[in-house]
Parts: sequence; structure tokens; C-alpha cells
Amino acid sequence: MTPRGGTQKTSFNVNGTPHDLDLDTRTTLLDALREHLHLTGTKKGCDHGQCGACTVLIGGRRIVSCLTLAVMHEGDDITTIEGLGRPDALHPMQAAFVERDGFQCGYCTSGQICSAIGMLREARAGWPSHVTEDVAAPTIDLTDEELRERMSGNLCRCAAYPNIIAAIRDASGGDGA
Amino acid sequence: MKAFTYERATDLRAAVAAAAAPGAKFISGGTNLLDLMKLEIEQPTHLVDISRLPLQRIEAVGEGLRIGAQADNATVAADDRVRARYPLLSQALLAGASAQLRNMASIGGNLLQRTRCTYFYDPSTPCNKRTPGAGCSALGGLNRSHAILGASPSCIATHPSDMAVALVALDARLELLGASGTTREIALRDFHLLPETTPHIETVLLPGEMITAVVLPPPPSGRHRYRKVRDRASYEFALVSVAAILSVTGSKIEGARIAFGGVAHKPWRSLEAEAVLHGRPATLDTYQAAADAALAQAVGRGHNDFKIELARRALVATLVELGGAS
Repeated sequence: MTPRGGTQKTSFNVNGTPHDLDLDTRTTLLDALREHLHLTGTKKGCDHGQCGACTVLIGGRRIVSCLTLAVMHEGDDITTIEGLGRPDALHPMQAAFVERDGFQCGYCTSGQICSAIGMLREARAGWPSHVTEDVAAPTIDLTDEELRERMSGNLCRCAAYPNIIAAIRDASGGDGA
Repeated sequence: MKAFTYERATDLRAAVAAAAAPGAKFISGGTNLLDLMKLEIEQPTHLVDISRLPLQRIEAVGEGLRIGAQADNATVAADDRVRARYPLLSQALLAGASAQLRNMASIGGNLLQRTRCTYFYDPSTPCNKRTPGAGCSALGGLNRSHAILGASPSCIATHPSDMAVALVALDARLELLGASGTTREIALRDFHLLPETTPHIETVLLPGEMITAVVLPPPPSGRHRYRKVRDRASYEFALVSVAAILSVTGSKIEGARIAFGGVAHKPWRSLEAEAVLHGRPATLDTYQAAADAALAQAVGRGHNDFKIELARRALVATLVELGGAS
């Protein structure tokens, strides 16, 4: 017998706007954003959690939207690249990516920017990383080595990495988070 | 992805009862299960979402720590008590996955993630884990990443978790809730199974049974280090990893905990290495003897022969770092 899944009602907020959706249970959050809400700034790269192109923020924390079901996000506050800034009023992290040429083709950029914003929040909260010498240290010195490790979940096939690091470094000095 | 029905659990007892039904599975972070569902390697017909059950707390229990199974990996790695008293656990968590995935993945799910054996992930090749009795493609295939300890002619896959390696070194115990509402506690060391002739059975969990918490006894004295050797500097599974806690007074080893990752079907505690270290002088000779004892039963399958020497060197290097060497 073929199992029947069907649809399920789900409500969540995207960039401050409430949405009520009736979705096939199989719909990932990524597909809900792109195909149902037409917020196509969030990109589908590998669709297996390996590239980071689909990174969004949920309650301010970065996640990959391809490896989570939309129905699992009832009531959540989701922020996508569209919620960060506008062409005439860029978020400081977006402005830094433009200033530093932190991209070539741009496909990974939405994910890089959402990830970088989440990353700076983590670092400001004192979260250690794999390259932090003493995980018990109360504060984090965001060296380039730390930035590279903390951003390793976002791949850039154009290899704009040096400029991505430069952009994040610029934004980390201001109110980039 | 095959169709499935979904429910969000609000009650523990109802969740385990629902998950005991044929075809049902728990979902929490989803980072491994959804990946496998997209590939149709996992085909649950019903998902019970347990991510919002009240199992997120990290709380002191006497001199130990109880970590709710629905706490996420990032929160546990960043917890002040874990960082100060169980740095081995923070280090292991931070060595795994990416920051995004650590924000999603639960502690219970981390323990239950499936192997990343490339043949397990490739439905066009036989695999005893996917189809019991089909055969193991890795035995005569590309097995560079595969097991060197505790494997069988049925399966040479490895358990991919970093966290579990630290937890097994820390003598962690698991609290389990069964489908009928009964609870039991089990040492993590006894939780995962070796493949033997049934590699599709990976843990002692019964149908519907849920991991509700990881309980850490007080940390053993000594310095902690989780050392991970992999093909990339970040965001890659271990070829070999070592979790070590070493206590040295003067030049004598007072206590040691040793576990390996990436080498077996389960996180691999090496009581053999610990026995060699205990009471002996902290010297290179001692460390090498411990490594010999740890790897005495190791068997390579061709492409992964190098992992035996790699594991030996990784352990010795870790012990030199922690205990010095005279």
C-alpha cells in the first residue's frame, strides 16, 4: 500500500510577516520559502545540507533550510535575505559584501550573509569554535582563522573566500549583527 | 521523498506510543533523517516530531550533568558548565558538522545518526544495512574511510559521530523511555552494536523507545583533548579521532580515558590502552605501548590500511600533548 501523507496547515512569520500555509508534509522550509512564498533570495544549492546556500535565520540562529520540514516551524520567526535590507538600504553585512567584492556569481551570497550575521551573534555570545584554543575562555578573539572555521558551512565555488572574510571582518566592527 | 504523515508531539508518553507503530519514526533536528529520506534510503510513513518536547534542559545532577536529549549540539557545546568541566565534549561537538547543522541537530539525534559509508548512501549498490543479506560493497570496494576495529564480513561501516566518542570516554549514560512508558538507563558504551551478522540493527533501542537524556558522571581529573584527523580542516568526517583524558602526577600516569572515532561501527572505548597507561611513567614508550594495545586487533581492508598507523600516531600525539614525554 502506498502511504498517504497529504497536507498539513502551518503558520510562521517570515521577515515579520505572518503566513498561513497548507503544505504537503514533505515540503522543506527552503521549498516553502521559494516555491510557495516566492522568496527566491534563499538559494537551493546541494539540497543536502552540505553547501550552506539555503542558510536562513530562525529566532536569530542560522540553520540550513533544506534539511528541515516547513511543518516543523509552526510559530517560528524566520529571517531570509529579503528581510535584512533593501537595495536602497542595505544591511551592514550586505554593504560590506558589496564593498569588498565578497562574491563573483552570487549564488552562495544570500547564505553567506545570513550565516555571517548568525555567526557574529554566536561569537558575541562567547561561543567557542573548533579552532578556539581554550573552549572555556569567556570571550572570543575573532581572528581570520576563527572566521574561516565558523563559516566553513558555507561553500563558495567561485572561491571568493578572501573577500568574504574581509567583508565579515569589516561588518564585525560595526553593527553587522 | 516518499509521502508520510506528520504529528508534533506535545506529550512524552504519547510520542513513544506513536513511534512504536510500524513505519513510524521520531524526527528532531532532521539533519540526517531528511537527507536519507530525500534519497529514499529512509522511508518512514509517519513522523513524530519530538523537537519541542521539554527535553532541552542542561542541569546539574550532584557533581555530574544531565543533558536533555532535545538540547541542540550548539547549545551544549557552548554551555559554560560543559566548557569548564567537560571540555572534551565541547571540543568533540565543535569538531563535527557545520555551525548551521549544530544549531539544528539534537543530542539524541547525534547518537542515532546513520553511517556515511558511501555504499550505504548509494542505492544502486548492495548494502547489508539497507537490505539485510544483500552483501557488503565496501569489503571489496573503495573502503578508505571504513572500519579497522570490530568490523565483520557483513559490514565495515563506521559510526560518524564525534560527540559520541567524547561521551563514551566520559562514561556517559543514557536515559531511555520505552513505548509502554517504562524507563531504563544504559551506559552509552553498551548502546551501539557491532555489525556482526545484523548491521541493520545499530543500537539496543526497542520500537518506539526514545533517548530522553544523556547523563554525565563527574568528570575524571586530568587534561582533556579531542583530536580529529580528516581530509579537510573543517566540516568533514573523521578518518580517525581520539578522545583522551590524561591525569599525570609527577611523571606518573594516575588515570586515563581513551576512545577512538572513525574506526568502528560504534564509538570505540579502548580499555586496553587505558590499562597500559594506568600507573606507568608518562613517557613516549608508555604511549606507544598503549597505542599498540589499542590497535592490536585492528584489521585493514585494503584502502584503509593506513588508518591503523594513523590511529596509533593520533593517539601517541594526543598523549604527548596532554602528558608530555620524557
